[in-house]
Amino acid sequence: MMKGLTNWRLFALMTALLVFLSGCGREEISTLIPAGKVAQDQFNLLILSTIVMTFIILVVSVIYVLAIVKFRRSKLGDDMIPEQVEGSAKLEFIWTAVPIVLLLILAVPTVYSTFDLADVTAMDSVNEEGEQNNLTVNVTAKLYWWEFEYPEQEVVTAQELVVPTDERVYFNLISADIKHSFWIPSVGGKLDVNPENVNKFYLEFDKESSELEDGVFYGKCAELCGPSHALMDFKVKSVDREEFDQWIAAMQEEPEPAADALAQEGEETFANSCIGCHAVSGSGSAGAVGPNLATFGDRNRVAGFMEHNEENLKKWIQDPQEYKPGNLMPDGETNNGGEPFSEQELDALAAYLMSLSVEE
Amino acid sequence: MSSLAQKKGFGAFIWDYLTTVDHKKIAILYLISGGFFFLVGGLEAMMIRIQLMKAGNDFLSAGLYNEIITMHGTTMIFLAAMPLLLAFMNAVMPLQIGARDVAFPFLNSLGFWLFFFGGIFLNLSWFMGGAPDAGWTNYASLALASEGHGIDFYSLGLTISGFGTLIAGINFLVTIINMRAPGMTYMRMPLFTWTTFVASALILLAFPPLTIGLFFMVFDRLFDANFFVVEMGGNTIIWEHLFWIFGHPEVYILILPAFGIFSEIFAIFSRKRLFGYTALVFATILIGFYGFMVWAHHMFTVGLGPTANAVFALATMIIAVPTGIKIFNWLLTIWGGSISFTVPMIYAVAFIPSFVAGGVTGVMQAMAPLDYQLHDSYFIVAHFHYVIVGGVVLGILAGTHLYWPKMFGTMLSEKLGMITFWFFFIGFHLTFFIQHFLGLMGMPRRVYTFGADQGWDLFNMISSVGALFMAIGVLVLLVNVVLTQVKNVRVGNDPWGDGRTLEWAIPSPPPFYNFAQTPLVRGLDTYWIEKMEGNKEGMVYAEPLGDVHMPNGSIIPLIMSFGMFVAAFGALYFLDDTKPWALAVLIIGLGITFGSMLVRSLKDDLGFHITKEELIEDAKRGGNTDGLK
Repeated sequence: MMKGLTNWRLFALMTALLVFLSGCGREEISTLIPAGKVAQDQFNLLILSTIVMTFIILVVSVIYVLAIVKFRRSKLGDDMIPEQVEGSAKLEFIWTAVPIVLLLILAVPTVYSTFDLADVTAMDSVNEEGEQNNLTVNVTAKLYWWEFEYPEQEVVTAQELVVPTDERVYFNLISADIKHSFWIPSVGGKLDVNPENVNKFYLEFDKESSELEDGVFYGKCAELCGPSHALMDFKVKSVDREEFDQWIAAMQEEPEPAADALAQEGEETFANSCIGCHAVSGSGSAGAVGPNLATFGDRNRVAGFMEHNEENLKKWIQDPQEYKPGNLMPDGETNNGGEPFSEQELDALAAYLMSLSVEE
Repeated sequence: MSSLAQKKGFGAFIWDYLTTVDHKKIAILYLISGGFFFLVGGLEAMMIRIQLMKAGNDFLSAGLYNEIITMHGTTMIFLAAMPLLLAFMNAVMPLQIGARDVAFPFLNSLGFWLFFFGGIFLNLSWFMGGAPDAGWTNYASLALASEGHGIDFYSLGLTISGFGTLIAGINFLVTIINMRAPGMTYMRMPLFTWTTFVASALILLAFPPLTIGLFFMVFDRLFDANFFVVEMGGNTIIWEHLFWIFGHPEVYILILPAFGIFSEIFAIFSRKRLFGYTALVFATILIGFYGFMVWAHHMFTVGLGPTANAVFALATMIIAVPTGIKIFNWLLTIWGGSISFTVPMIYAVAFIPSFVAGGVTGVMQAMAPLDYQLHDSYFIVAHFHYVIVGGVVLGILAGTHLYWPKMFGTMLSEKLGMITFWFFFIGFHLTFFIQHFLGLMGMPRRVYTFGADQGWDLFNMISSVGALFMAIGVLVLLVNVVLTQVKNVRVGNDPWGDGRTLEWAIPSPPPFYNFAQTPLVRGLDTYWIEKMEGNKEGMVYAEPLGDVHMPNGSIIPLIMSFGMFVAAFGALYFLDDTKPWALAVLIIGLGITFGSMLVRSLKDDLGFHITKEELIEDAKRGGNTDGLK
């Protein structure tokens, strides 16, 4: 038995070591590396509760270890009949009262923070010119992709949310089909995206995403929503206010026609096969059938999760079901009126889509 | 009724179990079928961990993965953990209160067969077009969108097995209220009986909301009702409320009996009365009561608003207090005792740190704003496996070793038991401890795959290795069971030597009438009191030896449940245009059920009497006849 115990200690030690070595996960997605006020508040609660809980675990462990070491039958002899103690009112009082006090320590910041994080009263406040004081983004979750509408700016994009840093950004969340959940782990906790009501909350982005290794924060769907729930990712670009204003302005402009020949060819194919569902202009409002592609060339991923290159894009256009089962995009053959896209057409489409950009 | 024990053929043996109304045999049926479903659920768990072993694995497809996680959760909760606990309740509780059977032996059998056919029906979905795939929580918008019949298997199967559980709960409540032996006051009841009592009350109050939710779901999917259809003015959040009004108490339905088993173990193997028995009883009742006040903590991120979230956060935190009381009382029970580290005790000792770890993360999640981060991430997966595996499953494994001699008259090998324990315990922590960090590192739950670039590879690998350890532990347990039954070394009344309650005062396994004479209970731990006073018989009696009235066995419960099983197929295919026979099947199935109810109602079955002479005869032969006629 003692040998078993030592093994167990060794395992515990190894586990602890591993956790320490691999750090806290990736900056783009870990809740342990908060990159905004909301995530920071939540991280602080995590630390506070961990301290309190460690204290409790320590108390229990000390009594526990002493008890199982001191009162082993092998030590006390086989015939020993212990005193049959009934209990102790004093002790019962202590282990009722002390936990209540500890819980109060946790309860106060919990209640404060619950109300603080749900405070969206400033969402609709306007300045003297009737412009909103804060940026609002309407998020619509659809089967395995995300649509982001900036209602005041009359701009719409998809899959890659662009937000200004160091200010409060308010979100209206609604689902177009079934329940999803909107989660950017390193920036703040999740909020469900229900089909029947608009959920509102705010986030703050303290860090520019260009400082991150991958250049974007990772966003996730956190509520099981069907086969491709695991692939319903989105990305977040946080930029300073000036850059954000430029981005908005660029989005509001009509897209320029494709420049080189291959891309022009792709534009034609696109107009025949894809434009029914996908817009390529960033100016507009929510409610499209497929993701808006105005920023496609600027994006970090194809379909939210595949590496951003023409190869993957072509594979995706040909057979979306293969890569994201259950999504609603028809395959290449259907889009092309019954016959598969030729290699040439795919190259052209890819070149065209990659040329869609609003960033310099 | 002829002589008590005779040689019998295999057919008679099977028939005996199919018709039995004896609580001890029903316990064995629960143990075997619960054990079977535990292995099925475990197999599903292994497939999940193989799929998540490395980034971008393609062992399982996306849709199949969702079916497997759904069936893993549903099977483990409804078809493994609950029946296994019901097995111990059935086997032990009537003995602990000095009763000859439960209050309604016929219903006891009906409850088992309903559960059994519900479970079989649910699992047949694998072979009949696909299993349910909306998670064990079956959230309405996804469930309604799910194609095929998987979700219908879920709602119909759980409706049937839910009836069974509800019947079992009512039966235990009535039994404990009415059938305690003279002197067995409420505050002298063993703690396992107390937890059975409170858990049964929770079953009575918690299963109706689930049944309502499932009915709505069945009507929405099969008969085009619109309870959850948003476009038609329905509301999916109602499902979440109904599910969790059931779902949270369900957690306590599982953990309280496990607490009961551990309470017995701590007292027995420390040779010491439970410290703070009264406090433990009231903590049990309080946990049961608060269990109904906290369901919305599963819904912090739904958008209920800060007031609801704050209220439910505080209510949830309060539950930590009675749970803490229990932990400290158990610690003080072993403190000053004489601890013998048998297999049951080693599980109980391992339970304390495991469950405390699960408990503290529970309090962390009660803090609503922090839960916005933890909810639906791997942190919560780690948390509920810490309480359910670290609490309930360790309790079931401990109970299996503790009560095996009482149920089967043989002792599981302590040596193999220790091997199982170490594999399972190490594997358990290896699998789930690391998942806390996966959650904090941003990994959502219920994802069938993950990208290599998110920093989750190593921890997932470790977790999968841990699962393998647990599987080895379970396999060793199976070997242990087989070897023990093959060797068939019989044991006496009190095989652990330190039994304290009535069940250890009678033979192992007990005769089918349990007590030839109803015992008189003189205090808490009544057998211990008699032992300490040198009473060789282990009990004093409340009545002279006389004829004993016993119920007859019956095949009707099985037929009645089978009717429901048939009817469920009719309901399942009701809307399919290609299956016009569905309506006929529905009617035939219900006909079988109602017909057998009619037979049961019209045919008088007054049971039989064992005469005094037969009891004396039986006592001479050791008094552990299994009561075959």
